[in-house]
Amino acid sequence: MQALTDMGLYRRRRFVNFVILTVSLLTTLFGLFWLVWLLWTLLSQGLQYVHLSLFYQATPPPGSNGGLGNAILGSLALTVVGVLIGAPAGVLAGTYLSEFARDSKAAPVIRFVNDILLSAPSIILGVFVYEVLVVRMGHFSGWAGSLALALIALPIVVRTTEDMMRLVPDSVREAAAALGAPQWKVTVAIVFRAARSGILTGVLLAVARISGETAPLLFTALNNQFWSHSLNEPIANLPVVIFQFAMSPYDDWQHLAWAGAVLITLTILVINILVRLFLKAPKSRF
Amino acid sequence: MNNKINSVLPMTSLPAGKADAGSDMEIRQAAAPEGLSAGMNEIKLSVRGLDFYYDKSRALQSISLDISANQVTAFIGPSGCGKSTLLRCFNRIYEMYPKQRAAGEISLDGRNILGQGEDLNLLRAKVGMVFQKPTPFPMSIYDNVAFGVRLYERLSRSGMDERVEWALKKAAIWDEVKDKLAHIGTDISGGQQQRLCIARAIAIKPEILLLDEPASALDPISTLKIEELIDELKQDYTIVIVTHNMQQAARVSDYTGFLYLGQLVEYDETSTIFTKPRKKQTQDYITGRFG
Repeated sequence: MQALTDMGLYRRRRFVNFVILTVSLLTTLFGLFWLVWLLWTLLSQGLQYVHLSLFYQATPPPGSNGGLGNAILGSLALTVVGVLIGAPAGVLAGTYLSEFARDSKAAPVIRFVNDILLSAPSIILGVFVYEVLVVRMGHFSGWAGSLALALIALPIVVRTTEDMMRLVPDSVREAAAALGAPQWKVTVAIVFRAARSGILTGVLLAVARISGETAPLLFTALNNQFWSHSLNEPIANLPVVIFQFAMSPYDDWQHLAWAGAVLITLTILVINILVRLFLKAPKSRF
Repeated sequence: MNNKINSVLPMTSLPAGKADAGSDMEIRQAAAPEGLSAGMNEIKLSVRGLDFYYDKSRALQSISLDISANQVTAFIGPSGCGKSTLLRCFNRIYEMYPKQRAAGEISLDGRNILGQGEDLNLLRAKVGMVFQKPTPFPMSIYDNVAFGVRLYERLSRSGMDERVEWALKKAAIWDEVKDKLAHIGTDISGGQQQRLCIARAIAIKPEILLLDEPASALDPISTLKIEELIDELKQDYTIVIVTHNMQQAARVSDYTGFLYLGQLVEYDETSTIFTKPRKKQTQDYITGRFG
């Protein structure tokens, strides 16, 4: 009867389900395997060199004691200034795309160009800043490094801001407009407020991304063996120090490179955990 | 010239042989003068030859009617008949979407609000709206109510406190939220949220209150509260309500309009519409034969 063929179909479906499920499980394990291995190598090799002195001693010449203090501070400064330049511009551009340019012909073009910038190799941004800033100023500088990082942060913030603001339902915009609120007021007082955790998430993701960037800094901020006093001079930063020290033949430099790698990784991990917390808090607003 | 049409409401007659040919909905009545003797009440809103377009598709076809001050006017009809669209013309909220457009004339106290020079923000401050789904803003209950007030009035702290309390009392929700005014507006139940939205709308003291299926997402008790509220509010406001619930229209409204396929089929006192409708279509809808 009919029931028999149905059973065959059902068994076949269960079998296919089993196969696909197994394959996806294996591929997941494949991905996780490398990540775990990477973290394990990093921690087992690097954790032993993480000392308090890392944070207050400057990078040493080979054969003497030192830390990563100038590089940590430099990375912090570059990242903060980079985000201060990139994030406000990105939030405003994302707001424009989401709230003011919905039906304009420019919006799809801007979005497309932004996506190109988003996927542009960071080394190209570094070379670009080298050409327009470093060459003209005549020397490497922290400002150039910050600008290169800002250009990397910008498209990330534009994208997440627009996406997060679009998640705010139109019914809320209508409700605010129906009270007689002008559009800028609706955007600032209602939409921003509803999307703020998402926008902040985008900014944090951008921070996580640029705090590990090396290539653009090689062309812009370069490096500095000593404490920098101004963003107007070459400035030490973790990624470039790691790059330089890890490639060196000196054991003590290599140890510092391991420690620096652990620091960057842990920082990015903490930022990502923060992002999760931000996104989790007010989930169902509407 | 307009006075002449005033008594001929609504001016709808389906073009003969259109769409429903052969169905039992066939109506061959002449566009006889009918309905509403508009002289009974002061006219707040007056609609003449209103057409509405979503991009190219026409959602409303030459609607003409008068809405009386301090009365409750309900629009009923099946989904997609244009009743919400009609409501959204009264505060021009459709203007948020560039492809939507209205043509014709809507007069508020004798002044055409569809004109180019109309300030939409001021219009919306005068014509409040409550939507189908509760839309509390992501801020405290107090700020939800104060938000609209702050846009157009400078009140002292105590003045604002009074206004918020007044609006929340008027919306019959004060007792439930007075101890948690600092809580975020999304913390309360759906029925409470909707009454909060009503409080928010009346806090700015509009002249007209538009209610777009305000109770459709609510349980019977919350619905009852909102219906009582509507009865209460009509003392001070002109209320226009859209509902797909015919019993609700019958309970709360003084006048009822029945829309179908973008046309105003019949518009009259509620008691007339529900007891002796003139058009067969209206009767079929009310008795549940379609829609």
